Formats: sequence, C-alpha cells, structure tokens
Amino acid sequence: MDEVKIIEIKKSVFADNVKDADALRAELKEKKVFLLNLMSSPGSGKTTTLIQLINRIKDKTRISVMEADIDSDVDAVKIKESTGVSSIQLHTGGMCHLDAEMTRQGLDNLDLEETDLVILENVGNLVCPAEFDTGATCNAMILSVPEGDDKPLKYPLMFTVCDLVIINKMDVVPYFDFDLERCKKYIHLRNPQAQIIPISAKTGFGLDHLADWLLKQLP
Amino acid sequence: MHELGIVFYIIRDVKKVAEENRVERVSEVVMDIGEVSTVVPHLLTHCWRWAADKEELLKGSELKCNIIPAVTWCDDCKQEYETVKHGKTCPHCHSENTWLLRGNEVEIRELVVSG
Repeated sequence: MDEVKIIEIKKSVFADNVKDADALRAELKEKKVFLLNLMSSPGSGKTTTLIQLINRIKDKTRISVMEADIDSDVDAVKIKESTGVSSIQLHTGGMCHLDAEMTRQGLDNLDLEETDLVILENVGNLVCPAEFDTGATCNAMILSVPEGDDKPLKYPLMFTVCDLVIINKMDVVPYFDFDLERCKKYIHLRNPQAQIIPISAKTGFGLDHLADWLLKQLP
Repeated sequence: MHELGIVFYIIRDVKKVAEENRVERVSEVVMDIGEVSTVVPHLLTHCWRWAADKEELLKGSELKCNIIPAVTWCDDCKQEYETVKHGKTCPHCHSENTWLLRGNEVEIRELVVSG
C-alpha cells in the first residue's frame, strides 16, 4: 500500500495574485502609467460613463482602454467608435473576474511608452472583481441610482477596496427611494477615505468634476 | 459565483506543492474558509469535483472545508464579538470603530498525499 502523509501548506489562495499585482503596480509606477480598474454591476452605465469621460480628457492625456468581458466585443467596438481611443477586448473565458496575470497579458498588447492612462473595464459584477487585485493604481466603481443606496451594506468588500465611487444616473433620483447622504454614509462606513462623485452620464451632470479629479491623479 | 475561479487557483497551488514534494497522488485537500470570506463551501466542493477530476494528480480527491468563525474587534471598548450576529456595530458599546480579526480566510491548510 502507498504511504500516506500530510503536507502542511497554510497559504492564502490569493497570495500569488497579490504578489503578481504588487509587482505589476510597481512596474506601472516606474513607467508612469496610471491603471484605473473600473468595476460595477451590469447595467450601471459603465460604458456610457467611460465614453463621456474619455471625450472630456482625451486631448489632455494619452488613453488606452481594455474591455474585459466574459465573451463579446460590443463594448470595445462602442468605445472605439464613440471616442476614437484605441481599445482592446480581453476575454476572461467564462471567469467572473480578471486577475493580475490576465491584466498583464492585456497590457502586453498596448504600447505603454505612448500611454499615460489605461482604463480597465472589469467584468460587470460586484463580488468577484473585488476579491482579485488586478495591480491597478486606482480602483473605482460605479453605483447607479436604481440599484439602491444600500449596496455598500450588501457588497462590503467592493466598497472597501475602491478609492473612488461614482454614483451614476443622478437624473432619475426623483423616481427612486435613493438617499444620496445615506449612501455616502454607508460607503464611508466601509472606507472612510473613499472619494464619492455623483454624476449623470446621460445629462453630463458631474462629469467635469470627475474628469478634473481623474486628471489630478495622473503622474 | 467566483468559486470556480478560486478552485483554479487552488489547483495551481496544489500542483506546485505536489511537484516540489514529488507527490503522485493527492487524496484530500483541506481548506480553511472564513465565515465572511464570500466563498460558499458547497459551491467550492461542487466546482472542485468538476475541475479536479480533469487532473491526473487530483482525480477523485476530496476538498474539505473547515469553517473559521468570523470575529470582530472593537477598538473603542477593546472587546471581541461575533461578526455575523452584529455586523459592523459593536454590541457592547455601539461603536463602529471595529475591525475584522478573523473570518476572511481562503487558505489551503494541508494536503493528504501518497506516492
């Protein structure tokens, strides 16, 4: 009979990804490239917000976009058509998130010497992308008004890891039970340092503020 | 919802350890899963069955999940309490100046191997 033995490991499943992410972050800093990881649930207006934002800043900084999707390229095509900014599509092959290695593979397809800002549009999902550090310089998420002001309580990790929370669809506030102040309080409960910017990608409300904030973060 | 992705990470780590220790067969992988880690143990074992059986090293192996109860520390009254029962607010002094002590683990504890 084979000898049976026990090998003790005691290691976090995320440890390797954290190491890869830290290495990628350091490398991007060295190259003076700012990687913005944008997360949200499906239908929060991520692509529309991106188009509006890119059109406001594309003359001031050199931008590339990476679109992560389980399996389609509709977002990459839309971004390119609406902004003229180059965009590549990353397929996660059925996975619900991107990790640092997948992000690096995407970055390998860009000319980082000619880029100041890379925007990574992560898979639409409030759970998994928060678990996996992509190596981004800044984590941002979009919460839209119809989703409700209680989302920071229901998806605490997402709000804990985000440096910036964009609250979108402010134009429909009169039709929903959405209390902005309550929402801000819930977000700061999870992350006292989080920057919160309310916008409407449809009407343009708050977008100049968002554009200014982002430009100020760039190296 | 991300359990399959986590299973792929576990498989990668286990294969590495098996190679380093010249192991031919893994019969059991024991995990420590925190109560508030957002990993659902029965989904993890379900995904494990599907993915592990595709690997020669792991065929038929069992994934066991030890659940680590979540405990929060209150920085104001310096006491611990059960996270799942009371959430962010300390039941002793009602402060929100509280931090998770444990319960967020997604760790590979040990392997039972032969060969």
